[in-house]
Formats: sequence, structure tokens, C-alpha cells
Amino acid sequence: MSISLLLEMAASGNPDRTAVVSGDTRLTTQQLSELADGGAGVIAASNARHVVYVGTGGMMLPLLIFAAARAGLAFTPINYRLSAEAVQMLIRRLPDPLVIADSPYVHAVGSDNIGAGKHVMDSEAFVAQARVAEPAAAFPDPDATAIVLFTSGTTAQPKAVELSHNNLTSYVTGTVEFDSAEPKDAALICVPPYHIAGVSAALSNLYAGRTMVYLPVFDAEEWVRLIDAEHVTTATVVPTMLERIVTVLERGDHRLPSLRTLAYGGSKAGLPLVRRALELLPQVGFVNAYGLTETSSTIAVLTPEDHREAQSASDPAVARRLGSVGRPVPGIEVQIRDENGAVLPPDQTGELFVRGEQVSGRYAGVGPVLDADGWFATKDIATLDADGYLFIGGRSDDTIIRGGENIAPAELEDLLIQHDQVRDVAVVGVDDPQWGQAIVAVVVPPPGVHPDPEELREYVRTRLRGSRTPDRVVFRDALPTGETGKVLRRQIVEELRTLERVERPAAVESSQ
Amino acid sequence: MIKNGTRLASQVCDTQVIVVRSADSLDDLRCGGAPMVPLGTDRSGELDPAFADGNVMGKRYVDETGAEVLVTKAGAGTLTIGRTALSLKEAKPLPASD
Repeated sequence: MSISLLLEMAASGNPDRTAVVSGDTRLTTQQLSELADGGAGVIAASNARHVVYVGTGGMMLPLLIFAAARAGLAFTPINYRLSAEAVQMLIRRLPDPLVIADSPYVHAVGSDNIGAGKHVMDSEAFVAQARVAEPAAAFPDPDATAIVLFTSGTTAQPKAVELSHNNLTSYVTGTVEFDSAEPKDAALICVPPYHIAGVSAALSNLYAGRTMVYLPVFDAEEWVRLIDAEHVTTATVVPTMLERIVTVLERGDHRLPSLRTLAYGGSKAGLPLVRRALELLPQVGFVNAYGLTETSSTIAVLTPEDHREAQSASDPAVARRLGSVGRPVPGIEVQIRDENGAVLPPDQTGELFVRGEQVSGRYAGVGPVLDADGWFATKDIATLDADGYLFIGGRSDDTIIRGGENIAPAELEDLLIQHDQVRDVAVVGVDDPQWGQAIVAVVVPPPGVHPDPEELREYVRTRLRGSRTPDRVVFRDALPTGETGKVLRRQIVEELRTLERVERPAAVESSQ
Repeated sequence: MIKNGTRLASQVCDTQVIVVRSADSLDDLRCGGAPMVPLGTDRSGELDPAFADGNVMGKRYVDETGAEVLVTKAGAGTLTIGRTALSLKEAKPLPASD
């Protein structure tokens, strides 16, 4: 099934409903469909083999997703915040692309030196031409690639994930009921356009019949204003945005009466933050969504009912689910495996494997990385409880090996974040002559607070095993994070290593 | 066996479907009493009143062998395999997460 059909169905079911609100532009489903048809004509006339977008998103994202699909080409939104050099490097990896860029980024795209790509167009020029172009309508093979996304590349070279039409439509039709939104429902979208959450938001809200209100550059005050002004009923944020929203809500008298559902995901949200948000917005249903680019977005959700149940539970097994990502969505199977590939029973920790039609696991230039039975290794450490709730314990690449013992940073982070003198924390391993790796807790205290490192070490020591006590605790004003709030651990480790060379500290003290 | 992703239309009403999960049974997929045909084929014949219960836009219909079709355009005919009606697949609603 082609993603074009999602728009076709939306336009035939609800032609006059407002589909997109983006700045001063408002488009009905029918208008979006016509513009995408014209856009497909512009793309087809360029003789390009791929479509690229560099810009802040808004209406351009759904427009280009569907225009490219109707022209039968794959589409890649690229991170506009990258350096010109990095943007051009990614563009060169794509075949004969037509590059559409918001005007501030046209220069960065460098029309003269893309190499393979001969065509660069300003976003406004593209829209103007799409309004008058002869429509084109190709019917791509459902197994053809619809979207190529570059992973954020917390490891070296960004990987180009290929999502087929079938991957994306399986996700949308499997998790969203067509036209299930109420006529006045609206979603506020502030996730980046080059992220899988941006792509899935454009597809699933359209299919649900929910107006998409775009906030391309996130600002917490503006987010709160737009919720009220556009009577927004659902929104999705990453944890760093939630933190800022909560700060605004705590300062002023905002009730957000229209908001029914607030989803968060993209990286781990600390429990104290989730609890604060739940208390501030008692009428809102919170949703924790977990997924990867390679899985066409969400594969597990912790529902509003799960949140409420966990929040009020006296049974510790139920209460701890507030820190889980909930249960798999329909069509997704999950397994936890040990390092030898054996499937583990509930409550044992291993690597998460997933399977389902929305799972691509295919990279450009590499091919599919699924095993013989179609399972995809997420490289996330995870545990399932007896009722099927999934707990994510960080990336397996981040595991610290200290004195031969494997230590998941998430275990220490989940504990430290609950200390009232810790606002944010990352735990990393640094090279150490005695232990192989030493555990360093990088702590961001609340403003004006100066915690005692020994007290924090003692706090961990009394709750976890001694070998899991941080060897050192250092303090920072903020942690380096990516767009969705993922902590950039490599950067932290690099910085610690540099400091160490400068300071030449005494041998790391032993802690059993 | 018909291919997943194939789009079919009714000959006797407005109904269009896409094959989500194929099975041999779909070789005898009918709507409004007449066999469903590839999209773009001319309409012919009349709706059989015995198969005129209609279908719902955006809903999935299944049979007992695992076949599944999604209605991409609703119409007046009943979706059947031979003379046996497909059943509406009830979906457990998920909260909006995108």
C-alpha cells in the first residue's frame, strides 16, 4: 500500500476539514491533496531520482512527503541545523536529488557543488510552481522505499534508514483508526521534520482526520499559547520540551483545557519530570511512546490508563510501570535475548528484538539487517515484566564494563535522577588503568544547589551494589543533547578525557 | 494468489479496497454479489439486493483464513467471499502518540 493512498482516503473522506495550520497558511485536506499533485508534477519535470528537503518543516513536510510519493520517488528531510558541509555530505549520498530548501538554507545546500544533484529550489518557489503545475500521479511499488532518514549519528557515520511504503502504511493503518478524530480535534506538532516522529505525525494525524498545527521552532511559551489559541487536543513532545513546558506551567496559571492527550518520547524522560507533569495536568492523558527510526516510529505505548494506574498503585510492580514504555502496539512482536541469542523469560535483562511489518531494518548501501526469521536487533537493553510491560535500559553500546562487570548507565541514572539535588544526570565509562573503565556520574544540580559528591556516591552505594557506585561525580551546568533530548555521551566522554589530560588527577580511588 | 497491496473495485457500487493480507480465498472476493475487479475496470451489472448491506470507509474486513482487505472507498455492496460475508475487524483504539 502506498502512502499516497493515505492522503487519497483522507481527501475523499473529509475534503473540507482543515488538514494543516502552518503560520498564516491553512489548507483543507482537498487543498493539500491538490498541492501535492501539483508538487508531484514539479518533481517529475525535474527528472530527479530522489527528493530532499532542508528546512524547518511546517506545511512543507506533509506536502513534500506526498508530492514525492505521487511522483514515485523516495524523500529525505535533512537536519537543517547541521553545518553546510555536513548537509552537502548527506545530499551527496542520495541519487540525483531535487533539493528543496527554505530560503535561509539555500546557500548552505550549495547549488554549485552538490555534485550529483543539479537542482536546488527555494521552498516558496516550489509551492508557487506546485499551484500551477500539471499534476503527476505515479503508483510506486508498495515495497519501494518511500522515505530515507539519516539517523542522528551518535555513533560515527549517520546511517541512511530506508522505510518502504508498506512499512509506513502498516504502521499507520495498524495503529490509527481512519477518521477516528472528532471534527474539532487538532494536534500540535513541534518534532523536527527530519526525525521519524515528524514523518509519522504527518501521516497518522492526516489518516485520523486530525488538524495538524505546526510549531516549527519550539518555544515553551509559544507552545502553551498555541494549545489555547488553536484548541489543540493532542500533542507530542520530547522530554527536553516537556521539561520547559512544565517550567512555564509552574510559573503561570495555565490549565490547557482543550488538551486531552500529551505524548512524550524520543529519549528517556526522568520519573520526577513525568510525575510533575502528571500533577500539573490532571485532566490530560499522558502517553509514553517508544520507537526507532528503523521501526517506522512507535512500537510500544504506555497509555493514559497505564499512567493513572501506576501513579496510584500501592503494588510496587504496578507503580514501577510509570518508568516503562508500556506494551507493544498491534502487529509488533518483541523478544528479549541474551548475548548467545537465547530468548529470556520475564524480568530478565537482555537485548530487545522486534518483528513486524512496520519494521524496516534496511539501510542504504547495506541492505536488510533482519535475521532469518525477520527479527531486528534494536541494540537497546530491555526487560519485559510478567504482564508484558517493556522497560528500556539504554543503548547496549553505552554499557560500562568495570572490572569485568557489565553496568547499564540507565540503572544509575534512573536512581540518581530521583535525588532532590540532581536535575539531570548522565553516567558514562572512562578508560581506567585499574578497572578497565571507571564510572563517572556527570550531574546537573538545580540552580544554586551545590551537592556533595560523597553524599551522591553514598546514595547510590546504599541502594545498588558497591561495584556500581560512581568512581567519580562531576558537576556541569547542562548536558550536551541532540534534537530529541538524547544525551550525547561520546561528547561527554571526550570532554572528560581532555580534562583528565590537563588535570592529571591522582589514581581513581577504589570503591570495593 | 492475489498480491498484497492490490487495489480492487466493485463492479456494481462505489466500493474500493486494498488487499492488506492475501489468502487464496480472495480469488473469490465479491462486492454487492459481483466479483471485485482491478481498479479502473468499467462498472457493469446491478447490485444484488441480497448483498447490499454496505461497508465502512477505512475499516478492515477479514475472513476466517486470515485474508484482510481495507476499504479505501465505501459503497453499498456487502464484501463477501463467495456468498459468505467478510467480518469487520474490531480494532482496539490506541491513544494518539504522534
